[in-house]
Amino acid sequence: MEFQSLLIIAVGAIFISNFVLERFLGICPYIGVSQKLHAAFGMGMAVIFVMSMASVVTWTIYTYLLKPSTTNIIYRLIMKGQGSPPDLTYLRTITFILVIATLVQFVEMVIQKTSPGLNRTLGIYLPLITTNCAILGVSILNIESGYGFIESLVNGFASGIGFTLALILMAGLREKLELTNVPRAMRGAPIAFILAGCMSLAFLGFTGLKIG
Amino acid sequence: MLNILTRGLYKSNPVFRLMLGLCPVLAVSSSVHNAIGMGTAVIFVLVSSNFIVSLIRKMIPRRIRIPIFIMIIATFVTIVDLLMAGFSPLLHKSLGLYIPLIVVNCIILGRVETFASKNKIIFSVADGLGMGFGFTLSLVLIASFREILGNGTWLGMQIFGSKFKPAILMILPPGAFLTIGLLMGLLHWIDHYRTVHKHVHSKAR
Repeated sequence: MEFQSLLIIAVGAIFISNFVLERFLGICPYIGVSQKLHAAFGMGMAVIFVMSMASVVTWTIYTYLLKPSTTNIIYRLIMKGQGSPPDLTYLRTITFILVIATLVQFVEMVIQKTSPGLNRTLGIYLPLITTNCAILGVSILNIESGYGFIESLVNGFASGIGFTLALILMAGLREKLELTNVPRAMRGAPIAFILAGCMSLAFLGFTGLKIG
Repeated sequence: MLNILTRGLYKSNPVFRLMLGLCPVLAVSSSVHNAIGMGTAVIFVLVSSNFIVSLIRKMIPRRIRIPIFIMIIATFVTIVDLLMAGFSPLLHKSLGLYIPLIVVNCIILGRVETFASKNKIIFSVADGLGMGFGFTLSLVLIASFREILGNGTWLGMQIFGSKFKPAILMILPPGAFLTIGLLMGLLHWIDHYRTVHKHVHSKAR
């Protein structure tokens, strides 16, 4: 039962409501970093990594710091269980964006110190990720769908995979596209959008997918 | 001054020229109603954060400017989020996730960083207004195409007779990509035509 519901979340995030093609999150890197297959792969890995981390961290912070409940840390430690638990949910946007920015910085520093190989693959893409709306998007989505800890982690990871899938497919197509004769006005971004439209159309086919 | 106000509309339109802030453009352009709501929210956030950043631009230490900008933007986004939830809950519901996501919209951080942190208050506000209106205008343009073709209506008004069969594809996600791709291509084509035209004219003279 538990496993099945996780599978539904994962398949849903990768195919049915793909982050790029159905939800329109992370369009800027999708159009910007999809010129070369190699770069697309690096970006995708970085996004999967940061998305999973961000899902876990923001979920924890929201549940134990912002949400009004008896397990709220502020309520427990500072208010000593007196009165009613504080409702800080309106600070969600500010907290999340700061946490994500800090997290990205932190991950970058750790990778630089510990693994030069990984740093070479992910290094230049990490700073770009802070302003990637997909990361904040998945954090907020976890909260609004009422996911638990494991479900948030799975959703973050699967959304990252969905993003990478779309990015790599797009990069493969664009590498082929360089050899073709595209009308002058459509070169560059316009034809990329048309391509994305066709891919999105193909992904619509997954909407009919029923699991369980 | 007038130049700062108007260049956001066509010459350096944030959506079609600078290609900034595309996620909300694609996501909320399925109806003109949503597009206007989103546009208004962005104008408010853009003008306010440009104003505040320009006001304190000499106090911000250079090295931590980006976190400070993000904090200021996030504050205004929260204000918009709460206001919209209070005054038009329906619109708030249909824009949903994309309201908090204005924080990471690259237009706002982009304008704050490249313009407001270096210019006087009045110019910064004008820049915010111009860019905001440019953004809204492109959003409404795309939404018009999608709503008319995909639903047969404009702002909820019936445009065609009852015989018209709407192309539902246009209000589904693929329609957004196709519309923006074609419009961008059209714009490039107009630009190209104009430069060629100018060239011919100057040669004839």
